[in-house]
Amino acid sequence: MIWRVEIKDKESVFDAVGQAVACDIQDLGIESIDKVLVEQVFLIDGQITSKEIHKICRELLVDSVVQDYACLQKAVSSPKKKGFNLVEIAYNPGVMDPVEESTLKGIKDLGIVNVSSVRTAKKYLLFGNPTRKELDIIVNRVLSNKLIQHVVDHSSRISKISKETKGQKNVKVVVLDILNLNDKGLLKLSQEGQLFLNLNEMKTIQKHFRKLKRNPTDCEVETIAQTWSEHCHHKTFRGDVEYTCVENGKKKTSVIRNLLKSTIVKATYEINAPWCVSVFHDNSGVIKFDKDSHICFKVETHNHPSALEPFGGANTGIGGVIRDSLGTGLGAKPICNTDIFCFAPPHMSFKDLPEGSLHPKRVMKGVVNGVRDYGNKMGIPTVNGAIIFDERFVGNPLVYCGTIGIMPKDKVKKQAYKGDLIVSLGGRTGRDGIHGATFSSGELTEESETVSSGAVQIGDPIQEKKTLDVLLQARDQNLYTAITDCGAGGFSSAVGEMAEKLGCRVELDKAPTKYDGLTYEEVWISESQERMVISVPKKNIKKLLDLCASESVEATAIGEFTSTKRLEIFYQGAQVCDLDMKFLYDGIPKIIKKAVWHSSKGKDFKRTSPKNLTKNLEKVLSHYNVCSKENVVRRYDHEVQGGSVVKPFVGINCDGPSDASVVQPKFDSKKGIAISNGINVRFGMLDPYWMAASCIDEAIRQIIVVGGRLDNIAILDNFCWGNPDKPDRLGSLVRAAQGCRDIAISYRTPFISGKDSFYNEYAQKGKTISIPGTILISAMGLVDDIQKAVTMDFKEDGNLIYVVGDTFDEMGGSIYLDTLGSLGANPPKVNTKIALKSFKAIEKAIFKKLIRSAHDCSEGGLAVAIAEMAFSGELGATISLKKVPYKDKKKQNDVVLFSESNSRIIVEVESKNQVKFESLLKGVSFGCVGCVKQEKEVTVYGLDEKICIKSNIGALKQAWQKTLRW
Amino acid sequence: MAKNVKVLVLRTAGTNCDKETVFAFKDSGADVDLVHINKLFECKKKLSDYHILALPGGFSYGDDIAAGRIFANELRVKLGKDLKKFIKDGKLIIGICNGFQILVKAGILPGNLLNKEKEFVQTTTLMTNDSAKFEDRWTHLQTTGNCVWTKDIDGKVVYFPVAHGEGKFMCKTKGILKKIQNNRQVVFRYCTKDGKEPFYPDNPNGSVDDIAGITDVTGRILGLMPHPERHFFFTQHPFWTRFKTKARYGDGAKIFQNGVQYVKENLL
Repeated sequence: MIWRVEIKDKESVFDAVGQAVACDIQDLGIESIDKVLVEQVFLIDGQITSKEIHKICRELLVDSVVQDYACLQKAVSSPKKKGFNLVEIAYNPGVMDPVEESTLKGIKDLGIVNVSSVRTAKKYLLFGNPTRKELDIIVNRVLSNKLIQHVVDHSSRISKISKETKGQKNVKVVVLDILNLNDKGLLKLSQEGQLFLNLNEMKTIQKHFRKLKRNPTDCEVETIAQTWSEHCHHKTFRGDVEYTCVENGKKKTSVIRNLLKSTIVKATYEINAPWCVSVFHDNSGVIKFDKDSHICFKVETHNHPSALEPFGGANTGIGGVIRDSLGTGLGAKPICNTDIFCFAPPHMSFKDLPEGSLHPKRVMKGVVNGVRDYGNKMGIPTVNGAIIFDERFVGNPLVYCGTIGIMPKDKVKKQAYKGDLIVSLGGRTGRDGIHGATFSSGELTEESETVSSGAVQIGDPIQEKKTLDVLLQARDQNLYTAITDCGAGGFSSAVGEMAEKLGCRVELDKAPTKYDGLTYEEVWISESQERMVISVPKKNIKKLLDLCASESVEATAIGEFTSTKRLEIFYQGAQVCDLDMKFLYDGIPKIIKKAVWHSSKGKDFKRTSPKNLTKNLEKVLSHYNVCSKENVVRRYDHEVQGGSVVKPFVGINCDGPSDASVVQPKFDSKKGIAISNGINVRFGMLDPYWMAASCIDEAIRQIIVVGGRLDNIAILDNFCWGNPDKPDRLGSLVRAAQGCRDIAISYRTPFISGKDSFYNEYAQKGKTISIPGTILISAMGLVDDIQKAVTMDFKEDGNLIYVVGDTFDEMGGSIYLDTLGSLGANPPKVNTKIALKSFKAIEKAIFKKLIRSAHDCSEGGLAVAIAEMAFSGELGATISLKKVPYKDKKKQNDVVLFSESNSRIIVEVESKNQVKFESLLKGVSFGCVGCVKQEKEVTVYGLDEKICIKSNIGALKQAWQKTLRW
Repeated sequence: MAKNVKVLVLRTAGTNCDKETVFAFKDSGADVDLVHINKLFECKKKLSDYHILALPGGFSYGDDIAAGRIFANELRVKLGKDLKKFIKDGKLIIGICNGFQILVKAGILPGNLLNKEKEFVQTTTLMTNDSAKFEDRWTHLQTTGNCVWTKDIDGKVVYFPVAHGEGKFMCKTKGILKKIQNNRQVVFRYCTKDGKEPFYPDNPNGSVDDIAGITDVTGRILGLMPHPERHFFFTQHPFWTRFKTKARYGDGAKIFQNGVQYVKENLL
């Protein structure tokens, strides 16, 4: 029997959640809703008495201090009272209800054992008089996402809580007839099966099975499709490219053999840093930290799922990258996260949205919430990030999530052995997340939201936290020999990878499932979250299972590693897969793609500098890409684990934007890690080469300004691009990869890991919107003594302000030009030789404690950097532009103030240290441009020595904070 | 007899501030065990072997249903007897953030105000912030009240970060609030940096009477939403780089040192 419990706040209690929903509705432009109240609904199924259900309510579900409840045997159909509408939203069958498991546990703790299942729903009371259409909009855009939720219809009485039960229990091995298919048939199979394989690949599979004189099973074809997917195999980056570069009317064509190896990987091998421990081949890149420990870093993308279901997509994105850390070596403990997002501007009007896409504001709220939920519950501080806006992210938002982990240095190597058991540990397998790997290897369309809905899921962070807790103990007791995470491709990819050189035998029916009725194929490729696969020597299995049981974590042996070099899978005794590992991993036909890059001189934007630039500075400060992201960042716990030394916000009011964050992973050591990122899509619209260069430069200088070491910075590349089968998209990718290679080599900052995400295009009615090719460079560096860390806020009246590094007339892609509606022509370049000198000088000055504050100069140029330093320290400044080291012909105040030339750092030095500081800057371009003032005003004297900016720091801060204050 | 102060830091699924809490007590001179609650049920560890029970922050059981609710029930139902003895023996308890939510929802705080013989009964709560958001920010706290954990900082303003979504303190009736106030059970109140009455965000969640932390009538059980263990060291202060004289400890260290000191003086 099902009991329905409805819980609501007492009348005197402020319903904060309802108020937040009302605000979201107002954001849609709907003004007919006056007030919203939210009630929680529990459906409890089981043989329990009325006395028991009331006990459950009083002692578990209801907070009697502030809540009342009603306990019903069935739903009362919605009262058609005037003045309010009632909408109830529940999860779809098969979607994990995050609250079910823990509620069941709570009920059991009360000594009530006959409850078989719990589902939850939310009841919204919408006061006001919305039209039918408005109500639909509210339901679809605020209250629910139809991919995972539905509106409950109370007219049909529920008799049992529906669970996923489709599918058959008796196994029937499905064989796909491909031996006799023609080209058209092969393509049809690829398309209809959501395999995302091209004709050549399908033919290769056909040929392989023709040789074997048999047809493949569905499971075999799926396994191949997963393994060969862009997501898992990185075909584009590992493939060859016929690259045509058109520069100044001259056309040059060359063939690049393996794009990845000839750019990113090449840089790392050429630098050959002795502190790199494990690069590219594990789940994250590993470098040395101190004499006992290593640290690892990985940044993932979760773009496609986040486009469809922002909360779930971002939620499982961060969950996935945390497992990457846990799956590195024999397991690293995650110590901090980073998150970088790209969205369309939140003010976009609904009519400008492509059909089937969600509004950017909703995407943004959902993504932020998803990251908050998972990161906070895992107890991992989110210490660094960025948010970038551009209209072309409308159908394809970008969600980058990164995790840094720490591990004992003897836990880097892993190797499964013949006879080791394959153990699945953590969450159970369900039908969620089927086809994620292949789905992210294709473009999104207006139909994606229905066709690919299986790829969307919601995470269960506490399951993952439990898994993390036991795995680190098992690691330290040496209970397993290898580990990897179940990410895209599920068991198929995790088990396959671990067994690549050995072979394995898997009995899929042993894998614990969330519900009955999954087919063997579904179990094999499901991407259910929170699962890790480990290889356990038989002698350790009891110890491992006991350890897991002691913390209520499920672990199950599902097979063993062999030496057959074959992937053999059984289900209820029947063999459903028998693949040659060599074919699976090396059989993919090499592809050659065409790429073209046209260097074009963008149109220079002719203008004269206004005499008074105060308003312009305010506009630049208010720009989406510059403004304060405090509202978002405060939602992440950035201090759990207690290691934060330089927080995302610094300054006297804790609201100044810090550059890199500094984290102290061990309380008994002064050593720290600095974490930063560089991203700038506007430069890429002009030249992806210089975008990549600028991003590396930005990430490095952010580490330098907080006190990081220059000679120990590791970087990660993350390419998000459009469809690489289109030559112009691939051309710009090649150009960016070359920029990465050249600048990384010159700075001697090796890539240790990376990721690519392609097909970020949104097709609708024959038109496609491609994202601007976007590279994210993430960096981590070492800080020898955290007590010497420096922050960006001005400290003291009378201190000198220096600009270190040259400014050029490089206005292309600048925020200033964007506020004037132009992209401009020349993006900033990087001169690594000169920059290295400045960076070394700053590093030394910080070591000698000569610097009171330092700030990276990036988007918005000098003007923004100085304004930020001033209002963060609640101090003013007087600046003379004539003193700024400036190296170009065009003498305009706006160029000096707003050009975004690379490699520049602004520092504050006490006047008593002037001589010492300047003596360190031998051979470096610098200028002492002014001083810090007690009066809370920023005054800038232009090149003509007349005042061009004069503003109270309160006004500047207000301009910077107001944009995203919601 | 040279006996040591023994602290039990209790964890379960979703606990996540355990390591720094363990460190804070160790650095303050205690022997600390970090124990999964299952170990207590299996009797592999005994509550009575310890002088201090610490419930660290986190999201026990995902904070499903309501923050701290499931863990609170588990303690009340399965360990209620042991806990009562622990309290009766004059031992100390501290609950930080999720730990505070647990203490309140289990009825251990503010304790039996009305009837001393009664079971643990919940009379106050910590509910969703007025902003309906999880927020991580630093808060100034006016220290008041009668509590062993805040012995020599009484009357001072301290600076700790909060990081929670459900920290709005509420009482079931006005009478209960009065009692807590009159008994000097309010230990921390949110305030401005000058110690004045706060508005949002100085009071980050809308707590009644700006209450951030309370104690029981004995002053030995402390629950608070802000995180003293996150301001244990000077370099955890959000703008420590502005100060020219550097110290080793931050404001929060005192709490742990006080707890350990009390045990040394009274229970060893």
